[in-house]
Amino acid sequence: MEKKTCLSLLVENNFGVLSRISGLFARRGYNIDSLTVGTTENAEVSRITITVTGDEQILTQIKKQLNKLIDVITVIELKPEDSITRELVFIKVKADDTNRTQIVQICNMFRANVVDVARESLVLEITGTRDKIDAFFNMIEPYGILEFIRSGDTGLQRGANVLSY
Amino acid sequence: MIPLLASKLILKCLEKENVEYVFGYPGGALLPIYEAFRSSNLKHILVRNEQTAPHYASGYARESGKVGVCLATSGPGATNLVTGIATAYLDSIPIVAITGQVNRDLIGTDAFQEADITGATAPFTKHSYLVKEAKDLPKIIKEAFHIASTGRPGPVLIDIPRDVQLENVKNGSDYEDIHILGYNPTTKGHTGQIKRAIKKIKNADRPVIYAGGGVLLSNAREELIKFAEKNSIPVITSLMGIGAFPEDNPLYSGIVGSHGYEYSNVVMNQADLIINIGARMSNRATFKLKDFGEEIDFIHIDIDPAEIGKTIETNVPIVGDAKNILSDLLEQDTANDHQKWLDQIAQIKMDNPLVYDAAPPCSDLINPKVLFRSLSEMTSDNTTLVADVGLNQIWSALYYHVNKNRKYFTSGGLGTMGYSIPAGAGARFATINQDRQVFIVCGDGSFQMSMGELGVIAEHQLDVNIILIVNHKLGMVRQLQCDTYGKGHYSGTDINYDIDFMTLAKAYSLEAFEAKTNEEFNEIAPKALAHKGPTLIICQVHPDFIRI
Ligand SMILES: Cc1ncc(C[n+]2csc(CCOP(=O)(O)OP(=O)(O)O)c2C)c(N)n1
Ligand SMILES: [Mg+2]
Repeated sequence: MEKKTCLSLLVENNFGVLSRISGLFARRGYNIDSLTVGTTENAEVSRITITVTGDEQILTQIKKQLNKLIDVITVIELKPEDSITRELVFIKVKADDTNRTQIVQICNMFRANVVDVARESLVLEITGTRDKIDAFFNMIEPYGILEFIRSGDTGLQRGANVLSY
Repeated sequence: MIPLLASKLILKCLEKENVEYVFGYPGGALLPIYEAFRSSNLKHILVRNEQTAPHYASGYARESGKVGVCLATSGPGATNLVTGIATAYLDSIPIVAITGQVNRDLIGTDAFQEADITGATAPFTKHSYLVKEAKDLPKIIKEAFHIASTGRPGPVLIDIPRDVQLENVKNGSDYEDIHILGYNPTTKGHTGQIKRAIKKIKNADRPVIYAGGGVLLSNAREELIKFAEKNSIPVITSLMGIGAFPEDNPLYSGIVGSHGYEYSNVVMNQADLIINIGARMSNRATFKLKDFGEEIDFIHIDIDPAEIGKTIETNVPIVGDAKNILSDLLEQDTANDHQKWLDQIAQIKMDNPLVYDAAPPCSDLINPKVLFRSLSEMTSDNTTLVADVGLNQIWSALYYHVNKNRKYFTSGGLGTMGYSIPAGAGARFATINQDRQVFIVCGDGSFQMSMGELGVIAEHQLDVNIILIVNHKLGMVRQLQCDTYGKGHYSGTDINYDIDFMTLAKAYSLEAFEAKTNEEFNEIAPKALAHKGPTLIICQVHPDFIRI
């Protein structure tokens, strides 16, 4: 059965590490839903969050193949029950004097922000879990979405647990 | 410390890794390194095309158990290495490939002879480095050899810009402390899994050991023999596993796979326990096997956790080095009487005999099956046979008996034509002062892919015997065309131009012989064997002589 899984990787900041990881997904035919990279408390180490879809066997293979890359220090699965994951989204939506207030009200309910206001459009910013963002989209769609960008999931384990190396 | 030119430092680091030979080809981006060779103890072997350099390194590595090294210049030199690196990757052979690169400030500008070789080889290198600063060289070279030769071995590439080679370095060539955060292969088997394996082995009625190239890579041949004998478990190998278990051992039960022995596939299909040691379960190997149902137990021992469960479900996974795990298993009492099963296998073998006969017109020329059988009888126990790809590979795999300490090398995973001549030469370099016979077996197609390397063999008077199977065809593909589209549906598989191989051999001053019948071969071969130095034995086989 196919499912979405969120992986968190610590990698050495070496030349070509990102292309090695993306190349691995491409050549083995695994689908990446999203991938985010960022710095960590150690300047030589980056953290990558990847969401993938696949059945159990594929997910196991992905983890094993990632672990085989020399630059990859650790790979863990961010399980929903013991981790927090969030995504940042910007949505540019059609808006004019007749409906601007309605849209702002929806934003308030979702704790989204209006970050740009123009005569015929608004840019909205929302951070949240995938479910929350999907629900927000659902509400905003009728007004006419002009464009949007989703950052992809990023996350950490809950509690005092840290990825060590 | 007195500053040292990086190019000299590189060669010093290689010497520290006990490198003896570098198989290479020069160019502009390697000028500093080649200048440094003049004052180094390393032996540089000038190959005749970079495409063969990784194969030399591979043959050298497989024969010596050490890391093989090849070297090529930037751009076309580097891209010429690609197939050979991929060949080594699929067979898990430890090699280090060093490439020259354009100056650092030119990288990314499409400069003359610039190619992104770390990018191009990423899918089939175990790891690669682009050296940004000369002071990193000792660390990088040390790590590269460590990564290539430990865990699941494989090729590592080091790309070195020309201006890096010209830097002066103060930190010397010493670098001992290897600490790679993301690399720590498991070599000891998990005790819990080993316990479970022992239970399965004790309870099995019809166990089979399926041995792959991993047994050879971990140098576990002796342990495998002891383990099989102690528990009287029959051993089947993959193509890469040939030589992991001597064929003259009564427990030897052949080679499995699409080109294996019929009887071995039958045996494997009747087993109730398969103990896979260092074999990949590739589609080629499992081609003739039925789906392993619930009733079959499957123990998979591999140093690479990603191989376990990749294509076949496993009940007992054991990650680790085959030598360690076999030693652990040997300590346990697993012995069981499998006489009934061994009798059954003997019967299967009788029911599926090897067929040597051929009918006219094929029988008018050499019967290659008989040829390899007789070659088995003529050669010493210390023989390495390096086969190319094609019918010649299958005939030599099936009919040449890899008994005692014999070895058999071929390009199993990638099936790269042109492998045998450079890999055979590499194997000979590894044993240059030893009492070992090296046979190179190739077809007329594969021979012509690496024919230029005869220059190296002649130059160094390497004592190798090349058995050239001339059938005027790209035989194996022609057979596939026949099997797929029917007799006569041949396309692009004729090698029409009739080369005078005797004259060619003369051009390289090789001792050459030609045989048109098995009787002639039997007369010629001992002479070729007795000859010190390279020989070419031209064997005429009928174009329609196919495998079965
Ligand atoms: C580099 C490469 N190109 C193409 C092939 C496909 N191929 C497999 S076997 C074969 C024919 C080999 O011919 P030859 O060397 O004469 O051996 P024979 O089968 O006739 O013994 C070919 C073309 C290959 N394996 N490798
Ligand atoms: Mg041929």
